[in-house]
Amino acid sequence: MSQPVVLGIGYSGFQPSTSHYNIREMIYEAAAKAYEDAGGIDPGSDVDAFVSCQEDFWEGISINDEFVPDQLGAVLKPVYTISGDSLQCVLSAYSMIRSGAFDVVVVESHGKPSEILTMRDMILMSYDPIYIRPLNPENVFVFNALEAKAFMEYNKIDREALGRYVVSSLRKGLRGRRNPYASIKNVEAYLEEEYVVEPLTKLDFAPYSDAAVVVVIASEDVAKKFSDEYIKISGVWSVSGTSSIVYDDLREDTMTKIAARKVFDMTGIKDPVREIGVFEIDERISHVPLMVIKALRLSEDVNRDLMMGRFDEEGDLPVNPFGGALSEGNVLEAHGLARLVNAYEILKGSLGSRRYSDVEKILIHSRRWPSSRTTTLAILSR
Amino acid sequence: MKTNIHVKNRVAIIGAGLTLFRRRLLETPQEMTWIASKKALEQAGMDFKDIDCVISGSAPDTFDGVHMKGEYYSEGAGGFGKLHFRVFVGGGTGVFVPIAGWWMVASGLCKKALIVAEEKMSSAADPHPQAVFRHIWDPLIEKMLGPNLIWIFALEMHRYMHKCGVSKEDIALVSVKNKANALDHPCAQAAAKISVEDVLKSEVLVYPVNRLDISPVSDGAAALVMVSEDVARRYTDNPIWVAGIGFNLDSYSWTNRELAYPLYLKKAADMAYKMAGIENPMKQIDVAEPYDPFDYKELHHMEGLGLAPRCKAAELTKEGVTQRDGDLPINPSGGLLGVGNPIAAAGLMKVAEIFWQLRGEAGRRQVKKPVYTGLAQAWGDLMQVGTVIILRR
Repeated sequence: MSQPVVLGIGYSGFQPSTSHYNIREMIYEAAAKAYEDAGGIDPGSDVDAFVSCQEDFWEGISINDEFVPDQLGAVLKPVYTISGDSLQCVLSAYSMIRSGAFDVVVVESHGKPSEILTMRDMILMSYDPIYIRPLNPENVFVFNALEAKAFMEYNKIDREALGRYVVSSLRKGLRGRRNPYASIKNVEAYLEEEYVVEPLTKLDFAPYSDAAVVVVIASEDVAKKFSDEYIKISGVWSVSGTSSIVYDDLREDTMTKIAARKVFDMTGIKDPVREIGVFEIDERISHVPLMVIKALRLSEDVNRDLMMGRFDEEGDLPVNPFGGALSEGNVLEAHGLARLVNAYEILKGSLGSRRYSDVEKILIHSRRWPSSRTTTLAILSR
Repeated sequence: MKTNIHVKNRVAIIGAGLTLFRRRLLETPQEMTWIASKKALEQAGMDFKDIDCVISGSAPDTFDGVHMKGEYYSEGAGGFGKLHFRVFVGGGTGVFVPIAGWWMVASGLCKKALIVAEEKMSSAADPHPQAVFRHIWDPLIEKMLGPNLIWIFALEMHRYMHKCGVSKEDIALVSVKNKANALDHPCAQAAAKISVEDVLKSEVLVYPVNRLDISPVSDGAAALVMVSEDVARRYTDNPIWVAGIGFNLDSYSWTNRELAYPLYLKKAADMAYKMAGIENPMKQIDVAEPYDPFDYKELHHMEGLGLAPRCKAAELTKEGVTQRDGDLPINPSGGLLGVGNPIAAAGLMKVAEIFWQLRGEAGRRQVKKPVYTGLAQAWGDLMQVGTVIILRR
């Protein structure tokens, strides 16, 4: 069975606004960098298929997949779109290569929220149109807040702990390359912030960023022809939620639990605490990584472990050690690839930190934002 | 792309199901996906609990009026708590869903996959769902011109007629054939016994397109059960195998290409034929369901698929070759012109029809000649995408 690997990555943006570029120009820049990073592949002759992860409403264009091929060098080639998080595109590419029918698949995703004028309405449109949307809540993140409250109360996690996570993550972001929102804050300042929707303040939500990311995935045999510096995708799995998160048990992250069982089985991981060196987790809303930590059974007492700094860059379970979405911003469906890029750079040792030089495996997590709990997990390894 | 000699696992289809195709179905998208899925699972001898993956497809979110609509309707297909993702290539989606399902099963990641396509068009936009297509254009160059989708298809139809010397009467024969075929389809919305004259006398929408040249606005869902070989052997003695897949996307610059011939479709078909070991499709394909949202598209697509020489599909149609009892039955289901056009579901309906034809289960729609290899195809975006699947018994 062909082993899928990440052969190259490229990105553009990760800025609050990219008014100097339209999205197609950003994709072109990301693709050109990715093809170069992959050993100088030619998209016209070396790539078997292309997949883009995007949602029409974010684009402001119906049937936006029409506009995918040109800037990827994919005209008159096999190209398709997945309406989902970009890690789902990685899953599909992984499967294409494992089938034996494809050798090189390019994955693309992007988000340009700076051009979205009606974000609240769009989010409301993503809720169940019969039972949820007619409630027309004043704040569309109310269901996320309900989840945060249920999870925190059930697990006895206080707001100080949440603040500690946010402050730590923003500080870690100062070490990263794509983090316009990284900053030094303290827990006292966090606790003084007004609620946006209880128990969440504006510091609990990742601000928006524009970005395009392109990743070249190949079978290991073919990858070797282009470069020796590739990173293996050991396993990837996705589990679907619904557009009505209120139907779920909000106290725990069931989707991550199911996905983790599968992906650990695929990769032979018995003890994630010992075997996984770094965790790249979706933190577009700050309580989510804590739910993931619980669902992965990384911690029995999240309050205590946050106090002890176990999830910090020097801790034994580093979470987003070069900053996560709170620092880099919310890039919509490109978020999964943003996590993958961080993992790729850590495993290749290109971030300049020796702390992670012996890390063999990194877990990547992304969840559909904000109205669904659909979750995708992947394990990258040297 | 390589040939399938490297593919480890064969993939079979063992069940198919459809809802009624209708304007203004009362069922929600979730309910439609449930009905189609349930029927497909019943034919396969399975239940929702037996399924490990759901691959779905639906065309623009704007039709259903739900952002991230795959998250919404997946529950109806039993996707909650399981692997599910939604693929999308505009009008080509319906045939693309089983293509994506193929590699999920061929890779060994999924053993038993539910393949679902859904569309609820009739509640979209006022005064007509066509208004959704106002938003499919390049926002910098085309959108401000206010184009309509039928306008550009009229351009393509006109170009095809001019280049190939095909008349309106020749093209209308396709509509007459497909609407008549659909009289035998239990889910059909636009089945009718009509004449060429009826087509020519129907209202001109955009010359040369008349109302009866076009498929209707529809709601509906379709589903397949797709499994690995070892599972197929346990559930049925009559599996239908996926022999080839192909897909291809041209540039969005539709104004810059030769509209008389769908090169992207030729490339998609070549990919599928290579995988299936087909060198002469006119001889080796026994029955086909090319995409026919307009009557001229059936001819256009037959030529792109290599099922007719260039500019000769109309002649084959006049000679009766494409009738159910002809040498190469084309759209024995009644196609989109007769059964209806809930976009993604319509494409998957075509795959379901080939599945039933190869199993000999198409009832009154069963073609007369023995059939071993069949093809389904869909088309979409800005006249730029071709999706092809080849099934074999």
